[in-house]
Amino acid sequence: MTAHKHAHHFKDADHEFSASKMGVWLFLCTEIVMFGVLFVAYFLYHHQYPATFAEGATFLDWRMGALNTVVLLLSSFTMAISIHFCQKNDSKKAVLNLALTLVLAAVFMVVKYLEYSHKFHLGLYPGQFFSYQGAESANLALYFSFYFLMTGLHGLHILIGMGVITWVLIRARRGDFNSKYYTPVEGVGLFWHVIDLIWIFLFPLLYLVG
Amino acid sequence: MSNLTDKNYLNCEKGLWSWLTTLDHKRIGVMYLISIVIFATLGAVFSLLLRYELFSAGKDFLTALQYNKVMTYHGAIMTFMVLVPGIPAVLGNILLPLQIGAKDVAFPRLNLLSWYCLMAGALIAMISLFTTGVDTGWTFYAPYSIGSAQSGTVFVVLGAFVMGLASILTGLNFIATIHQLRAKGMTFMKMPLFVWGLYATSIIQIVATPVVGITLLLLVAERLLGVGIFDPKLGGDPILFQHFFWFYSHPVVYLMVLPGMGVISEVVSTFSKKVIFGYKAIVYASVAIAGVGFLVWGHHMFVSGQSDWAGVLFSFITMFVGIPTAVKIFNWMTTLYKGSIEFRTPLLFALGFLFVFAIGGLTGLFLATLSTDMHFHDTYFVVSHFHYTMVGGAVMATFAGLFYWWPKICGRMYHELSGQIGFAFVFIGFNVTFFPQFILGAMGMPRRYFDYLPEFEHLHAVSTVGSTIVNIGMVIVFVTLYRAWKNGEVAGDNPWGGTTLEWQTTSPPPHENFTKEMEVSGGPYDRP
Ligand code: HEM
Ligand SMILES: [Cu+2]
Repeated sequence: MTAHKHAHHFKDADHEFSASKMGVWLFLCTEIVMFGVLFVAYFLYHHQYPATFAEGATFLDWRMGALNTVVLLLSSFTMAISIHFCQKNDSKKAVLNLALTLVLAAVFMVVKYLEYSHKFHLGLYPGQFFSYQGAESANLALYFSFYFLMTGLHGLHILIGMGVITWVLIRARRGDFNSKYYTPVEGVGLFWHVIDLIWIFLFPLLYLVG
Repeated sequence: MSNLTDKNYLNCEKGLWSWLTTLDHKRIGVMYLISIVIFATLGAVFSLLLRYELFSAGKDFLTALQYNKVMTYHGAIMTFMVLVPGIPAVLGNILLPLQIGAKDVAFPRLNLLSWYCLMAGALIAMISLFTTGVDTGWTFYAPYSIGSAQSGTVFVVLGAFVMGLASILTGLNFIATIHQLRAKGMTFMKMPLFVWGLYATSIIQIVATPVVGITLLLLVAERLLGVGIFDPKLGGDPILFQHFFWFYSHPVVYLMVLPGMGVISEVVSTFSKKVIFGYKAIVYASVAIAGVGFLVWGHHMFVSGQSDWAGVLFSFITMFVGIPTAVKIFNWMTTLYKGSIEFRTPLLFALGFLFVFAIGGLTGLFLATLSTDMHFHDTYFVVSHFHYTMVGGAVMATFAGLFYWWPKICGRMYHELSGQIGFAFVFIGFNVTFFPQFILGAMGMPRRYFDYLPEFEHLHAVSTVGSTIVNIGMVIVFVTLYRAWKNGEVAGDNPWGGTTLEWQTTSPPPHENFTKEMEVSGGPYDRP
């Protein structure tokens, strides 16, 4: 167990903690703005082509979406718990909860995989590869462009999240974190909550709004 | 280096590897400087190709397609690789921690990573040179950029995305640094104005860059997958691309110029030996420019078919930006008034900035007025306007800053006369290049054409001569700076009598910037 030493340009560990947290928040702002642009585009086209979007939504299975929403909410919970255990100097339980978070993230990806392969099976591919016959709206492909772009970018973030969770998990097992120093877990946690939050918006917009 | 301070950030470690892995903000700033000078040289070569093609009417040595490509590379390199990282990442990196009495930026590793992002982005963009190249213009307007036969587009667009990451990391780092690492006693209203300029800039970097980032990714998706979001053939809307693009690219012009204005505040105060006039007004003006800058993007789209009401609104808000800008200009003039002025190279560049930027700003009002813009839109008037603000404004401010802080950066003084000659060439050459373009634009010369009607020939020839002069000026400037670095006279810690914290440490500063904990009581420009 090595005690963390704060970097030379900070006064003390608390100072470093608050700076790091601010950095993470600023980064998350950029993520929110980035997804925000996609949401704006979504609303514009939804307004312009309501029938297309209504038809597109019928191809999505809201039960799968709801399942994934629950899975992600649970994972946010286990993530928060693991930070709590870091603060309580209980590395074992922190590690356990990080591992649970990872498992839940993996479940999310498996469900996504099933959903995607179902779409591909029907020929509902993104963009120019779209080959589904029998759509009622002329530009149904546009709906699926949004579907794949938004859930794809979100899924990519889940994968990145799994990467960084693995990283803090390994460090937690090494015993790097304690009540005085748990900045990386806190940062990864914030990232994870925001990714969750974005899903909370994606789910109703794509699956439920018809 | 015998008579410089023994241990400083330049000589505390040796070898290329120590530079490529450095976490010292000053060294990273120097690396940014070297890379940007290389990019700028490349951009300048492209611009000279354009100007010489335009020297006389008719086809000379470039085909129309080649001309379009050269024009695209010139614009893309100058915006994404020179101006955007220019002042923040070079002068900001070196001086921000020094000016607020910190040992480093908040996240030194991210700082280094941002340099690598810029390099990676530049590399990706330059790969396109070995494919077909790009001919879309730096604005990448859809649907042309989707359908263009030039497949190099994907590389340039991806490269711009990666360079955007660099910009975001810098902005994030600076905001955290300013909030967390100020010296004891330095409240926000006691920060030097250059720091305020960087702060306003960083906000723009954080809020606007992700917008263009995702837009560029969508464009890549458009080319590779044909997602149709910007493609009218598939029900998409190419105007939406313009909205997203300008939502970033208008604020980005302030991103280029706000830190430049910060430099001007420092230089004007130091060389007139006076407290800056209206410190608070300049602070609020900076923040106002950054804020209002987000609400004016539609002035690039008056003729794109947005609604009349949108046009009127955007026109009105655009005019509004003139107010804080004018406030600053009056503050600088008042500071100079009755000061004991010393006409050294940094001040000359600052005065050049004032002159040129005033013209750039005022001509902006013509473009912001709906009726006149119908005529001026997409003519040389626009080209001239934004070169007056960006080259005249941002580049002159960069030079003012480089000459002002050079003694601090390398510990040595440049040769005054050759600095002044460099200024003369840049200033005269710049005006000779671009002033005729206002007239050309008013006469109806459209932008982005490789040929023109015979009646435009004289003014184009004058402009080309001017571009040669301004480029000679740039060479003189960089030779002057280089020679100072190599064997200039030792400058001393505070050659100008500056009042901000960076002048209280040695030149060049040690690795940790200061030997003691800094503390501030008065304002940044108080003179004893
Ligand atoms: C007083 C402040 C300013 C006003 C009122 C203003 C107004 C405008 C307007 C209305 C246009 C659109 C012209 C057209 O295409 O029809 C324009 C173009 C442009 N401005 Fe400004 N501007 C101002 C300051 C700046 C500054 C400070 C910069 C850069 C540092 C800048 C850079 C540009 C660029 C790059 C374009 C051309 C974009 C393009 O069409 O490719 N402007 N400006
Ligand atoms: Cu603009």
